[in-house]
Amino acid sequence: MATSKRSAPSRRSNTNNGTREGISASLPRRRTKALWELRLYVAGMTPTSIRAFENLKKLCEEHLHGLYSIQVIDLLERPMLARGDQIVAVPTLVRRLPTPVKKIIGDLSNTERVLVGLDLRPAGGWH
Amino acid sequence: MNGLEKVPTGIRGLDQVTHGGLPKGRTALVCGGPGTGKTLLGLEFLVRGAELYNEPGVCVAFEETVQELTTNMASLGHNLNSLVKARKLAIDYVEIERKQIEETGEYNLDGLFVRLKQAIDAVKARRVLLDTAELLFLGLKNEAIVRSELRRLFHWLKDAGVTAMMTAESGEKSLTRHGLEEYVADCVIVLDHRVTEQISTRRLRVVKYRGSSHGTNEYPFLMESDGIAVMPITSAGLSHGASTETISSGVAGLDEMLGRQGFFRGSSILITGTAGTGKSSFGASFASASCGRGERALYFSFEESPHQILRNMSSVGLELSRWINKGLLKIHSSRPTTAGLEAHLAQMYKDVEDFQPDVVVIDPITNLIAVGDQGSVKGMLTRLIDFLKMKNITALFTNLIFGDEMEERAIGISSLMDGWLVLRDLPNGAERIRTLNLLKCRGMSHDMRMHSFTLGEKGITINGNFQTIGAVKA
Repeated sequence: MATSKRSAPSRRSNTNNGTREGISASLPRRRTKALWELRLYVAGMTPTSIRAFENLKKLCEEHLHGLYSIQVIDLLERPMLARGDQIVAVPTLVRRLPTPVKKIIGDLSNTERVLVGLDLRPAGGWH
Repeated sequence: MNGLEKVPTGIRGLDQVTHGGLPKGRTALVCGGPGTGKTLLGLEFLVRGAELYNEPGVCVAFEETVQELTTNMASLGHNLNSLVKARKLAIDYVEIERKQIEETGEYNLDGLFVRLKQAIDAVKARRVLLDTAELLFLGLKNEAIVRSELRRLFHWLKDAGVTAMMTAESGEKSLTRHGLEEYVADCVIVLDHRVTEQISTRRLRVVKYRGSSHGTNEYPFLMESDGIAVMPITSAGLSHGASTETISSGVAGLDEMLGRQGFFRGSSILITGTAGTGKSSFGASFASASCGRGERALYFSFEESPHQILRNMSSVGLELSRWINKGLLKIHSSRPTTAGLEAHLAQMYKDVEDFQPDVVVIDPITNLIAVGDQGSVKGMLTRLIDFLKMKNITALFTNLIFGDEMEERAIGISSLMDGWLVLRDLPNGAERIRTLNLLKCRGMSHDMRMHSFTLGEKGITINGNFQTIGAVKA
């Protein structure tokens, strides 16, 4: 399996940090290396939104079990948040941590692409 | 009349060219190459809307940050920050960095829609600028989605009832690089920035305006410290009225030669002469006399700076600075080579529109002739003269000629003029004598004889009929 993934679970602290939003970027990196902070931006609970969330959830359980938090932001309810993360398309998955920030847009149906996009698998893909 | 409702842009000249403005509730496309002024035109549309028509605006900027836009607009004398603070303008910088974006599966651009809606609601916007939405094509890989989403966007804007402007980069085969004109077909404006012989001219053309008549020419436009101005310069034809009112030439003796009256108001007078014959003095006397009557005079100098003119004219007894202080006289100096003929013409139009003078002096037109060929110079002068006549502005043009070529050079333009005064500098024994000669003055009986004159502390003095001239050159 991917080597980059191997190094991730070495610290198992702070597993459930999903409630902390906004300030996470200022946390020291060494303490949060094992924490994956993910945000999924959607606009309404459309079939595409739901599909994206399910795809993401499944993928995280498989590859980042216990190390991630997913925050779903519905832009129809909180339109102001679209500017901060520069959201144009929906669904957009934003990897806020670990840095650098990564974005993946679409319904996340292609697991390989998502893994590459999240740096969980090197580009080019081993399969 | 057609049923198409229009929204005045408030951009000087553009509403004339479009016969009233942009189509209301539609999206107009502004395309042009890099550096043609698309963004600034779009922003000016928003700023003028907010300032003049109380129509707040939203700018969705894909290319430049809020800070960059603010700086750029400051150079046109607009303060975006204060409009934003007054909630008359909202700017949303949309950054799409392809490098940090991975795509997988279906998506749409609702994120953009949400942001646009939020911004529109925040300021109750009536106008929207999308600058340049085609960057979506660069940022996103799935072109089919971008296209269908753009189509949806234009419908959405229409439903929102806002009047929008979208900028786009010119393409090689089509109007825009990504064929956006396909979606926005109601009104298409093309901007152009051409450099001919190192001299640049910005031009604007309305290539399409569905359901409306519009000016089809290319019009020069200016980006000035007080905003953008499009110059709807067309030949106004010969429909202008003809005044019977006369105004003084500023020189008593010359008025006498003109039957004690002076020039007709709204007429165009040409003064030709070799170097140092006193052309500028006549121009300045004319301007000064107008100011003395409380009228406004605009003096375009293509040779001297305002300070030079003030200094030189005080030597012939003309204290022009008092008129400047009273706001009746404005001297506008520029080098002819700083801009093309069109740009100069546009600049003069704008200055005339801004200052609203009663008389105009252009000193000399010779230097302008140097920037263009004969045909375009004549075209330009025709348009300028028509424009001034329509405004009933009396204009005095000086023209420098060289020795023997004499009138030949002036002949092309003299036909456009109502009056023609020729100044000469003739040798007479050991000295030279200044002479003047009214070659023509339409609609007025005038003294055709040659007169001598002197330039002194009391200004120009005409010494009566000068008959004994020995060495007049043919």
